[in-house]
Amino acid sequence: MGDWAGYLTLILMGAWVTVKLTLMGSALALVVAFVAGLGRISRHAAVRWLATAYIEFFRGTSIFVQLFWIYFVLPMTGAELTPMQAGVMALGLNVGAYGAEVVRGAILAVPRDQHEACVAVNLTRFQRMRHIILPQALPLMLPTFGNNAIELLKATSVVSLISLSDMTFQAQVVRSQTGSTLMPFVTILLLYFAMSSALSFGMRRLERRVTRGLDGVR
Amino acid sequence: MEWDWDFAWSIMPTLLAGFRITLIATVLGAMVAAVLGLVFAILRRSPNRLVARTTGFVVEFIRGTPLLVQLYFIFYVLPDLGIRLPALTAGVIGMGLHYATYAAEVYRGGIEAVPRGQWEAAKATNLTTRQTWLHVVLPQAVPPMIPAMANYLLAMFKETPLLSAITVLELMNQAKSVANSSYRYVEPMTLVGVMFLVVSLISVIGLRWLERRYGRISR
Repeated sequence: MGDWAGYLTLILMGAWVTVKLTLMGSALALVVAFVAGLGRISRHAAVRWLATAYIEFFRGTSIFVQLFWIYFVLPMTGAELTPMQAGVMALGLNVGAYGAEVVRGAILAVPRDQHEACVAVNLTRFQRMRHIILPQALPLMLPTFGNNAIELLKATSVVSLISLSDMTFQAQVVRSQTGSTLMPFVTILLLYFAMSSALSFGMRRLERRVTRGLDGVR
Repeated sequence: MEWDWDFAWSIMPTLLAGFRITLIATVLGAMVAAVLGLVFAILRRSPNRLVARTTGFVVEFIRGTPLLVQLYFIFYVLPDLGIRLPALTAGVIGMGLHYATYAAEVYRGGIEAVPRGQWEAAKATNLTTRQTWLHVVLPQAVPPMIPAMANYLLAMFKETPLLSAITVLELMNQAKSVANSSYRYVEPMTLVGVMFLVVSLISVIGLRWLERRYGRISR
């Protein structure tokens, strides 16, 4: 227990990796969610079918299985991935599949007459989505996206199992070096809780910003 | 990368043995989650502010931290405090505790969805607390909870591979040990994925049926 500060630094280095994973994973998840979510309501059956297959596949198995598959099986097809790339890919694709359903649900929740009005004033499909439907659908997506981001943060701990040195991994290192269990694990539990609290606080702020002026509309 | 069917068949018995443990862990974990979730939900409704606040914080804390770390905590820290648990027990408690916080929300939502008038009517007809719960509130609160609960049951089933990190020999761990001893990752990892996918796709059909039968919790 002598070198407390040293071990804390180790854990904080891991915390930085966790933050990076969360940010990059969320960014990928957001892109994937919109692509797959819009794909599910596409005019073309093939696109719909592809998006559905992707969503069901990634929601049907756990992030752990996907991560191991990406890290151990994909390299055999020639695609060599660093643990960080594999981690971001697994997190982004997994949470993106959940996000896609949110995107679809929010877009379908925009009232039909909005669509009809767009047709009536002769907007193109792109204009309709960009200026009428998405601005109304976004505030509906935000609360669930917030929950998804927290799920993603929690899921980052799984990457420690493919030897990526995130917070959980570093806690295990400290445990094996010092034999002390309480200190590292309580520290990272508190850090994870602080991060998820910060996330949900940030999302609530964002929600208030986006829904400003919408009182009474819904 | 080529797929070897002979090898895939030869590892099937090992994987199925792991799958049995996966199912056992899921069922036991679900039972712990259902009971603890109810306890959390009731404590959170407690008239004593301190109890309600503390429970609320505990639930938030458990929901805000990763299941994997909680499993490590139970598996590595508790023995130092004098509580020694077998791996599977630790895993079941960890998963049960984690999902209890989600179940608590479902219970809360279900109970709050019962209209106030029902409570008032129960009071007006002079029913006891027990009668109110058993004959008025629960029969209305439970059916809408069923699809949401089944959803979390499926989520928990998919999370069981995490137990391999605390040495429980479930499906994922069996696949990893097969892979490590034969240096073939493609078949075991893919088979694990397929097994989970098959079970959850079948469950999704079951879930749709439950949703039609009992409906969603209306907000």
